[in-house]
Amino acid sequence: MKRLDDIKKEFPIFERTINGKPLVYLDNASTTQKPRGVISALSDFYSLHNANIHRGIHALSEEATERYEQTRKTVARFINAEVPEEIVFTRNCTESINLVARTWGEMHIGRGDEIIVSALEHHANLVPWQVLCMQKKAKLLVIPLTSEHELDMAAYEKLLSKKTRMVCVTAQSNVLGVCPDLKDLIKKAHARKALVLVDGAQSVGHRRTNVQALDCDFFAFSAHKMLGPTGVGVLFGKYELLEDMPPFLVGGDMVTTVEQYRSFYREVPWRFEAGTPNIADVAAFRSAIEFLDEVGLDSIEAHDRELWQAAFTMLAANPRVRVLVSDACSATSVLPFVIEGVHPHDIATIFDSEGVAIRSGLHCAEPLHRRLCVPATARMSFYLYNTFQDIEMAEKALKKIFKIFSLTP
Amino acid sequence: MDIYSETLLDHYNHPHHAGTLKRPDARSVKHNPLCGDTVSVDIAVTKQRTIGDIAFTGMGCALSQAGMSLLSDHSMGKTLDECVKMTSDTMDSLLGARVSPGRRSCADLGLTAVKDALIDLHQLP
Repeated sequence: MKRLDDIKKEFPIFERTINGKPLVYLDNASTTQKPRGVISALSDFYSLHNANIHRGIHALSEEATERYEQTRKTVARFINAEVPEEIVFTRNCTESINLVARTWGEMHIGRGDEIIVSALEHHANLVPWQVLCMQKKAKLLVIPLTSEHELDMAAYEKLLSKKTRMVCVTAQSNVLGVCPDLKDLIKKAHARKALVLVDGAQSVGHRRTNVQALDCDFFAFSAHKMLGPTGVGVLFGKYELLEDMPPFLVGGDMVTTVEQYRSFYREVPWRFEAGTPNIADVAAFRSAIEFLDEVGLDSIEAHDRELWQAAFTMLAANPRVRVLVSDACSATSVLPFVIEGVHPHDIATIFDSEGVAIRSGLHCAEPLHRRLCVPATARMSFYLYNTFQDIEMAEKALKKIFKIFSLTP
Repeated sequence: MDIYSETLLDHYNHPHHAGTLKRPDARSVKHNPLCGDTVSVDIAVTKQRTIGDIAFTGMGCALSQAGMSLLSDHSMGKTLDECVKMTSDTMDSLLGARVSPGRRSCADLGLTAVKDALIDLHQLP
């Protein structure tokens, strides 16, 4: 079991300074830092096991295949998929969602059908459905938010109908940090015979995921937001659904027999993994999951919540600062705020001058910002290596903003 | 934090050439979709093909708004030819700092609007 209180030292990046100050990394909703174990797994793969997978007869190819497929098993266990074959590797969460829109959507969506998305969605879980609906002359419906910025479940129930084919929803908003009640949402969709795709990018590294208990049909996420390498995405799909779907990209490695004028495709999930995949990063991803397991997702969830509450209290003590969510809502890990008279880009630049990395802008959720009636937001987001000291540094940066912009706190 | 100089903050809080022109010869609105900054610029051009007047409205960060204010001062009386040849370096020298790559689009927003407004006029004989 790893202890959280001195975990920072397992992440080499925290040895460096930014603008002469120790790095305080509060941009975890964008991507997370990597522990030494993940970095060395990547280096070990290239130093010791590098070869192409699946068809090689030689030892290296077998080792590489073994490592690639072992991660599939580890991911399946991590999210409690029934079998590893329900796990498809992609490049990122966006590609995972596109895969479903382009294959399942291509097969099952027609004129007049309806797809429901939520107002919280990242562009990754909105644009693919916009495009699909435009191509198929289907209708895109949006679940609105309540005044507390939670999903309006009463409105959702009214949107559901016998025309609903798919509901696409985030497990946690990357802007507001709120977590919809997925179980309830999925149950209601299934009662109407609609499928549900969950964008788990923000939640999967922060709290337990159990795809069987959720009963979601698809669950998409990225490795890099959970200590893993960039360039690896995951799509979980129920086996019988994946089996029924046509291939996404076609070419090498996803075929059984290729004749001159036609081809036969491999079984699931390899049918969806055309060409040489990101073997080394997939192999190293396993170390990230093992690291999370050693810390324990329950500890991470509790730690996130404590930090979030401390940061919320720190920000809320300043009348100039407006936090966009209340501490009574489902928000955690992600904390969006604005300062009257200071644009979020200026906030982020001044935070950076104190070594504190935060995000500013629209966070790939432009329609959500329109609904919130703010041109942009600043966002702190926390993870297992953050400390209360990090929040003190953020407070110091905040005071500096007041000073530079001559604002009375 | 050298970028937030007193000059920059003064231009941000009290922008020069704020507003619109009644009869602009050229107009452009530029929007930075990454952060929601906007600048709308009106320009009046003299018979000698120089900038007779300039006015802007906008919303956004200190860099984009103060940058546009400084650029307005700088552009007054300049020829169209001089204006379309301005670059990011012009903005850096006006702001008195080298802008980081992440903030480049903020600093250059006004410059993009001015050049966009003038490009058609500049190409006229």
